[in-house]
Amino acid sequence: MSHVIEMLNIRKEFPGIVANDDITLQVEQGEIHAILGENGAGKSTLMSILFGLYHADRGQIKVKGREVHISSPNDANDLGIGMVHQHFQLVHPFTVTENIILGKEGHFFLDRRSAAKKIKALSEKYGLNIDPDMIIEDITVGMQQRVEILKMLYRDAEILIFDEPTAVLTPQEIDDLMQIMRNLVSEGKSVILITHKLNEIKAVADRCTIIRRGKLIGVVDVKKTSQAEMASMMVGRPVSFKVDKKPAQVGRVILELYDLKVMNNKKTLGVKGINLSVKSGEIVGIAGVDGNGQTELIEAITGLRQVESGTIVLDGNDITNAPIRKRNEVGLGHIPEDRQKRGLVMENSLFNNVAIKEFYHAPFSKHGILDDEYLKQYAQDVITQFDVRSGEGIYSLAGKLSGGNQQKLIVGREVVSDPELLIAVQPTRGLDVGAIEYIHSQLIAHRDKGHAVLLVSFELDEIFNLSDRIAVMNSGELIDIVKTSETDESAVGLMMAGVKRKEGGQ
Amino acid sequence: MSEIENKEMKSNAFLVAISAVVLGLIAGAVLMALIGSNPFTGFWFLFRGGLMNIERVGNTLATATNLMLVGLSVAFAFRTGLFNIGASGQMLVGGLCATLVAHHVFLPRPLYLVVLILSGLLGGAVWGIIPGFLKAKFNVHEVVATIMMNWIAYWSVYYFVPAYLKGPSLETESASIAIEQTLRSPWLTKLFPGSYINLGFLVAIASVIIIKFILDKTTLGFELKAVGSNRFCAEYAGIRVNKNVVLSMMIAGGLAGLAGLSFYTGYSRNMQIGVLPSQGFDGIAVALLGASNPLGVLFSSLFFGVLQSGKGFMNAMTKVPPEIADTIISVIIYFTATSVLFKRLWEALFKILSRKKAVRDAKPTNNKEVK
Amino acid sequence: MWLTLTRIFPYAIAYTIPMLVTSLGGLYSERSGVTNIGLEGLMLVGYFATAITIKLTEATLGINALALGVMVGVLAGAVFSLLHAFASINLKADQIISGTAINMLASALTVYLARTISGSGNVRILMGIVRKNIPVLSRIPILGPLFFSQTYWTTWLCLLIWGLSWILLYKTSFGLRLRACGEHPSAVASAGVNVHMMRYFGVIMSGSLAGLGGSVILITYSGEFNGTVAGLGFLSLAALIFGQWKPLGILGATFFFGIATTIANVSQVIPSLNIVPPVVFKIFPYVATLLALVLFSKKSAAPKAAGDTF
Repeated sequence: MSHVIEMLNIRKEFPGIVANDDITLQVEQGEIHAILGENGAGKSTLMSILFGLYHADRGQIKVKGREVHISSPNDANDLGIGMVHQHFQLVHPFTVTENIILGKEGHFFLDRRSAAKKIKALSEKYGLNIDPDMIIEDITVGMQQRVEILKMLYRDAEILIFDEPTAVLTPQEIDDLMQIMRNLVSEGKSVILITHKLNEIKAVADRCTIIRRGKLIGVVDVKKTSQAEMASMMVGRPVSFKVDKKPAQVGRVILELYDLKVMNNKKTLGVKGINLSVKSGEIVGIAGVDGNGQTELIEAITGLRQVESGTIVLDGNDITNAPIRKRNEVGLGHIPEDRQKRGLVMENSLFNNVAIKEFYHAPFSKHGILDDEYLKQYAQDVITQFDVRSGEGIYSLAGKLSGGNQQKLIVGREVVSDPELLIAVQPTRGLDVGAIEYIHSQLIAHRDKGHAVLLVSFELDEIFNLSDRIAVMNSGELIDIVKTSETDESAVGLMMAGVKRKEGGQ
Repeated sequence: MSEIENKEMKSNAFLVAISAVVLGLIAGAVLMALIGSNPFTGFWFLFRGGLMNIERVGNTLATATNLMLVGLSVAFAFRTGLFNIGASGQMLVGGLCATLVAHHVFLPRPLYLVVLILSGLLGGAVWGIIPGFLKAKFNVHEVVATIMMNWIAYWSVYYFVPAYLKGPSLETESASIAIEQTLRSPWLTKLFPGSYINLGFLVAIASVIIIKFILDKTTLGFELKAVGSNRFCAEYAGIRVNKNVVLSMMIAGGLAGLAGLSFYTGYSRNMQIGVLPSQGFDGIAVALLGASNPLGVLFSSLFFGVLQSGKGFMNAMTKVPPEIADTIISVIIYFTATSVLFKRLWEALFKILSRKKAVRDAKPTNNKEVK
Repeated sequence: MWLTLTRIFPYAIAYTIPMLVTSLGGLYSERSGVTNIGLEGLMLVGYFATAITIKLTEATLGINALALGVMVGVLAGAVFSLLHAFASINLKADQIISGTAINMLASALTVYLARTISGSGNVRILMGIVRKNIPVLSRIPILGPLFFSQTYWTTWLCLLIWGLSWILLYKTSFGLRLRACGEHPSAVASAGVNVHMMRYFGVIMSGSLAGLGGSVILITYSGEFNGTVAGLGFLSLAALIFGQWKPLGILGATFFFGIATTIANVSQVIPSLNIVPPVVFKIFPYVATLLALVLFSKKSAAPKAAGDTF
């Protein structure tokens, strides 16, 4: 078979880091080729070079055997390379048609009607099921992704790059996407799939290129390689992904939700009446695809969002409408979903970040005057205990830390205050395996101290590894709560898609 | 803060400020040359006009007083993540309140001064609270809101002054305030004979100290700065963001109101209508050049004070129009906004210098390769 | 009442047009993703450049000096706006600060130059545009006296520009790209369109049109450069917001504001209008804009990426 894309000996350096070090990637005509690597391994950089967003310091790119210079996305498009970005590149107030033709309108005056006709035909050919006249902000995330695919097809792309395409999709939508990829390949297109999820690679890819810390580790035939083999190539050592933990010593009820209803940003019910209790000494994991009400639920418990109706009781206190500070005082710790937006003040020092929840009371301050010495000593203890590595200790700016160390700092801050309930949302997103293992062990340790932990994750593996019980959410409802020991991934996957268990299951 | 980090940041801010000032002065020189004047004579008279004798120093301090208070207002809002472009309107309202008090309230001097100062403070604070409230409650961008508030103040004063505060002669300004009802003080005037210096200067200095203390040492400052640098994190941490936004705009408005007080009842003794006080915008320059730091504001307001108070003398001695000072100030603002330019320039320069040094030291090893 | 209306209407229109065209300039800039609070300064630059040009050429060119003045005013606004474009687009400066600097620089620099020319800082031109009745149309009942009598040619020019802009922004691929730049620039870039170029176009249009607005003030109702456009640029900015960043919206908003200002100005001379204090009409546009912002705060029509660097 012929190579449709060849990237030979690519090197790309950023100040202080070599993102791609002598990487070679060869994609064959008509295959689905996966690129596997941990977060920060250099996958995105490599694809950005192929798409003309970055320029390689060294190396060669060949398309269909011919050496090319790609200096902009335009060049990439002209060569038949298209990319579905992880963050969709769609203009929300515009229609599907307008988004697809943008940059390729054809004439000076817009001809929306004939473009819509062409889009409709493409949509039918590949089974994408898209109405060209819909406004982007009115359609689901899965549909938006298919608009992105149509955008490439409209431009006659031959090579389609998918950057972490399943993160935002439901299990059903993931299956659909896999089918679409197979359709594309059977029509003669080639697909590059960037991901860190092994089961997806196993399900759909033909071959897989594995990179680690900017270096090429190997290219494997997916059918002949096990997931464990690929995982150890990705991480550089055998990984079990299994967390050691003792059986739960469940105590009293810490968090109790009664018929909780919460509005989402679109002013409809995002959480549709949830009852849930979390006890001391256990980890309850909330499984579900992103966007099924988890954010609204957590924001309601933590006080970032108003409750429509229902009651939240934390350790015997009704905190339904309590201000956030009150909740913290009652015993709430929160590792937020977006650590850069919510968790830390990036341009502030570590010691100020460690104190950001507690600065207002003694011994951090007295009569409104801060005790700088105490603040610093406290922060020093936290970063020592939780092994937060930084250039200048407590004086470093939070923004200068690596993602893993930022997260350790947040975990440290939340755990040190010893909250009765610790909420952790996507606590390991974007981290490397070392940091993931550390944070998992901290969550388990918090549980073992006799506290309650509520975990939200979109990664089923993580839910299964940590949780004692699993609560599954789908479109704002709690489908069921099951013991981890009494279920498996496929059952939970079904529930995530909204399928309820039959009567008498438990 | 960290010794290294702090030093690096401070020297960065300092470098940017110096570069902007130098470019502003160069622009001024070019403009002077353009109309056939000698820039050296121009600047000589400009700076002499601000500093050559004790009276002119007094006037410079009086001019700097207004700039210091407005600069502090803008800087304080900046630190809490807000852009107060409405200092002009807050000055007008603060000044109007103070002028009303000066005309109608008669009390023993110390008590009177307290009332007078409070009136300016409150007037400005009210004009600041409104955009603060709109921001907190309805997420109306404070830049737009304060611009609107400026013009509401402008037109309100435009019609209020002739109707209720008209002087005997002119339609376009309020009656003069009796000298003993102003902020002028005999002992200060004796120190700087013949100048406009007034108690507003002490108010400004006190404000600098208080604001510095609030920002650096108090939990209030901690909250305000947290809101300023990341309101989402502040909210998450249990800090009431909206309360702090309103509070910050109130304090910023109050400071600008004090500037109105010192300008209309100290520096001058009446209010002219149809003028949006330009100090409101000069204050942005003061805050930017002072890196939003109270002490920085103190020094940069003194610098701009010299420019603003020397320009009249320069105009009398040369044919350079007084607007040269305003031109220089606006060029300085432009270049502080585009500080990226200098950072790039300086970095490029350092790179070239260090490369030359490396070549001279004949050590061809590249650090990055080794790493 | 009818008589009063026909008397003040031409003034209201004269007042509306510079605002309309300046506001339209702001629309181009903000739709492309660059916030421009420097409209006041850009207007002033056009105002000044037109005054100087006409002053220097009217002796030789006569009435044609006006057209030349307008062209120079537009050009001057465009050139001056490059400062804002460079700062906002290339240097990723804070666009509010840059806009403020533009305003301050324009007011200092124009007066500085005007003073070196005239001493007082005012530049007076000998004559402005002669008002004309449009043949036939001005005889239509009701509409004729209101819209087609005593008109300036610049009014028709500006309305034509408004109409063409509407077509450009909403009916062409260029307009689609420009508007997309103000909503989601990286989407435009990934479609292979040069976002910086589009934004330069937006800002330069804001400079040209604000410059035109300044020119129109001079040659219609002012006749003299006096160092300020008295907040008309900020009023145009208010109209842009009140009109929700849409061509039809700003047409309505500027006309609304124009009438309010006119009533305030003439209410001393026309007793029937003197029931409401003029200050109410003067502050009306600003209060109305604040109210509009409050009302639309839930679903703002503002370009999402306006003010963001790219």
